[in-house]
Amino acid sequence: MILVTVGTQLGFDRLIGIMDEIAPHLPTPVVAQIGAGSFVPHNMQYHRMLEPGRFFELVENARVIVGHAGIGTVLAAEKYRKPLIVFPRSAGLGEHRNDHQHATASALTSRQGVCVATDREELEQALRRGLRSELRLPLGPNPGRSLLMAVARFVETGELAF
Amino acid sequence: MRVLAVASGGGHWEQLMLLRDAFGRHEIHFATTSKVSVHEIGAVSVRLLPDCNLRQPLRTLQCTVRSALLIARLRPQIVISTGAAPGLLCIFWGRLMGARTLWIDSIANADRLSLSGRLAMRIAHRCLTQWQHLAQERTVHYAGAVL
Repeated sequence: MILVTVGTQLGFDRLIGIMDEIAPHLPTPVVAQIGAGSFVPHNMQYHRMLEPGRFFELVENARVIVGHAGIGTVLAAEKYRKPLIVFPRSAGLGEHRNDHQHATASALTSRQGVCVATDREELEQALRRGLRSELRLPLGPNPGRSLLMAVARFVETGELAF
Repeated sequence: MRVLAVASGGGHWEQLMLLRDAFGRHEIHFATTSKVSVHEIGAVSVRLLPDCNLRQPLRTLQCTVRSALLIARLRPQIVISTGAAPGLLCIFWGRLMGARTLWIDSIANADRLSLSGRLAMRIAHRCLTQWQHLAQERTVHYAGAVL
């Protein structure tokens, strides 16, 4: 199964539309969380908003995850070590207030297990590679040790270590 | 220490949850904006705030009042937020009412601090970015990232 998520706040009709076109040609079903989007998929099972428990269940069962450059999606993919294809929103197409998702996406490309697609062709190619297990898997959750220590220190003393 | 940790639902909340271990044995209270995100923390105290962003004056006003009430009742000694606007408002009131305050800018802001973060630089006692290249001497520090 492939899980597509665009977050729970904004819709992302371009991505959902492309996935809906690709879905019939894929050897495995696609489940999508479409948020507030107005495009209604015909070729894949969809939900407006999944409860977190159900969402993580789907993440766990997915072979590949496709998402906007949302941080919740990145964290979920790393937690369950699933390859993630990031398809960023574009402010130029009115999909977001600014292009921060492109910035996040390019910053994420260096992370193992994350790849970026910006159009249908790239997305389709990445999906096929993912289904053939050719995409690298994330290394797993990283508790961000040093940030954790800094915050713990602040809670203790009201001061950072600087 | 009585700690209030605030994050809007979604990615901000996910990041806050990744920092949970930092709160250790302190008296921790959480505040967030959506009911669904509380499923993972069980019996811990969670308060709800109305969601807002700084471009929505009315909702922001509503959240300003609610966060003031929350802080006045709870009287936290430490207020920490990973964003967004509701967290900034809690930091504002927290600081006014005597708490030490820490802003952790979301890792989603890779090329510049969020609007809330830029305000938090002036309001919070300490401000962290999760990107080394966004750190600024004395005002914004980098101490690692949740990822």
